[in-house]
Amino acid sequence: MLKLENVHKAFGGVIAVDHVTLDFAPGSLSAIIGPNGAGKTTLFNLISGRIKPDGGRVVLDGEDIAGVHATEIVRRGIGRAFQVASIFPTLTVSEALTGAVLSHRRRTLTLAGRFHRSGLDERVSEIMTLTGLEAQADTLSANLSHGDQKLLDIALAIALEPKLLLLDEPTAGMGPDERWLMIERVQALWRTGGMTLIFIEHDMDIVFKIAQTIRVLKYGAVLAEGPPAAIRENPEVIEAYLGAPAEETAS
Amino acid sequence: MKHETFLKDVAIGIGVVLLLALLFQVITDPGIHDLIIKTCIFGLFALSLNLLVGYLGLVAFGHATGFATGAYVFGLLMQTGTWTIPAAMGVAVVAAAALAAVIGAFCIRAREIYFAFLTLAFQMILYSAIISFVSLTGGDQGLMGGYPKPPFLGIDLSRPFDYYLFVCGVTVICVILLRQVIQSPFGYALRMIRDNHERSYFLGIQVKLYQWIAFVIASALAAVSGVMMSLFVTGAFPNFAYWSMSAEPLFMILLGGMQTFLGPLLGAFILQLLNDLVTEHTRYYGLVLGLVILFFILGLRRGLLDVVWDKVSDRRRKAGTVRPASPVTGDAEARERS
Ligand SMILES: Nc1ncnc2c1ncn2[C@@H]1O[C@H](COP(=O)(O)OP(=O)(O)OP(=O)(O)O)[C@@H](O)[C@H]1O
Ligand SMILES: [Mg+2]
Repeated sequence: MLKLENVHKAFGGVIAVDHVTLDFAPGSLSAIIGPNGAGKTTLFNLISGRIKPDGGRVVLDGEDIAGVHATEIVRRGIGRAFQVASIFPTLTVSEALTGAVLSHRRRTLTLAGRFHRSGLDERVSEIMTLTGLEAQADTLSANLSHGDQKLLDIALAIALEPKLLLLDEPTAGMGPDERWLMIERVQALWRTGGMTLIFIEHDMDIVFKIAQTIRVLKYGAVLAEGPPAAIRENPEVIEAYLGAPAEETAS
Repeated sequence: MKHETFLKDVAIGIGVVLLLALLFQVITDPGIHDLIIKTCIFGLFALSLNLLVGYLGLVAFGHATGFATGAYVFGLLMQTGTWTIPAAMGVAVVAAAALAAVIGAFCIRAREIYFAFLTLAFQMILYSAIISFVSLTGGDQGLMGGYPKPPFLGIDLSRPFDYYLFVCGVTVICVILLRQVIQSPFGYALRMIRDNHERSYFLGIQVKLYQWIAFVIASALAAVSGVMMSLFVTGAFPNFAYWSMSAEPLFMILLGGMQTFLGPLLGAFILQLLNDLVTEHTRYYGLVLGLVILFFILGLRRGLLDVVWDKVSDRRRKAGTVRPASPVTGDAEARERS
């Protein structure tokens, strides 16, 4: 479904993503791990069109989308959430999701006051149920707890009904209990949504528990890839990344 | 649901116009009539700018471009003596929108403060053009000598009451249209862009396109106020395109409030009232205006209607209404519904 071929990106002298070639199977759930600054977020930025690669191809369902504008990539079915929750502070949860659903339905250029509300509120509450935000429907996004802001960020992406969902550290900054709750939600979303999901995660317990495939990045290059069992045994990975206990490598 | 709020707006609008008509008959002081006329003209001007400032987070320093274009195109057409008022008005507004489409395409590329100053740069170009093309525009004298105001649909704008009612009616219609835009899905997208344009891109919203459309709409509405101003002075003057003309609606937004839909209209009223009262008693209008603005910015930290709105919603919240107020929509209905 998504293939990266020799994707390369440097910022000045810093090589953030170094000739990466990866293949993500349709419907798969995979994790990207790697130390701070390994280029994980940059990889997501390249896939989602936030930045353009210096070289290489990003192939989505047979089409090269490298250099295509972010809004167009969204239309082609890639949704993403951010490492730092990216939300709309003055909108309530339901308002923000309404906006996202309207955008997905390509209705946001409608100037006349009449909403095509058919199924709109239903869809919005459906997304809130899926992500567990029902109770916060009327809360201003800025007033949400950290965890709920991360959830809202994901919910916004879900509103686009993406084929491919990119989650950048969905559990960042959460306590242990909250983490597992979040990851269960993410897993449930993936199961029910029938989408391909790639997530970046620092917590090794989580990664090994839920990912089907793991890609390890280091200095922008792919150090290893494979199922959890193989990654756990991989001496290079152990040396580069897992040498220290998971708690210490988590940021 | 939205359709109902539209009908409600229309009903309120008709009520307001009738009330203002009655006021004209009851209070015969032409000074008051002029105050209301100017509040309408500048209120619409400020409201149109607030579509950009308040709802899109895009501050423009050159909003008078639309205002002046509307006034001059209208004035020039009327001076030919062959145009009807509605036709000239239509052309003036379309001309201003077309100009805004071109200017906007350039300005939208720039970010924030650069955008603000680019719009001002274009306005200064328009100003010099007006000053230079003396044969067409009358240069710094402006469009002098007046023009005929042929009656249409039984409305004779050379009669004070007709003109008064025309200004009130046109303003109310534009305000209702603007409210529709703000409450539409497009208006939703504008607020998302204001809050977080980066995230908006990743929800498939073409940020620049939306900013451009909003810019054109705002300029077209500014042109409507320019046309009404031209009718007020039966001409057009280069100060319509001077930079200070763009500062005025910004002051009005500051004074009245940018978070509440009608805030800028209240701001226009305050500024006009201040203008009338202060110039009557002292020559130091600028000083008084400066102090008032200082008070609002340092003392209240927001516009008057925003303060009032916050108080009202505070009380409502205490009274048990669940939802914390988000005054940005200016849409109490939608708030209660959701
Ligand atoms: N826009 C940018 N401009 C300059 N350098 C950048 C930019 N984005 C990323 N980098 C650099 O690229 C490298 C990879 O950064 P990236 O954010 O992709 O790492 P990461 O793996 O997501 O790290 P973390 O786990 O801390 O989130 C870093 O050295 C970073 O400083
Ligand atoms: Mg990162």
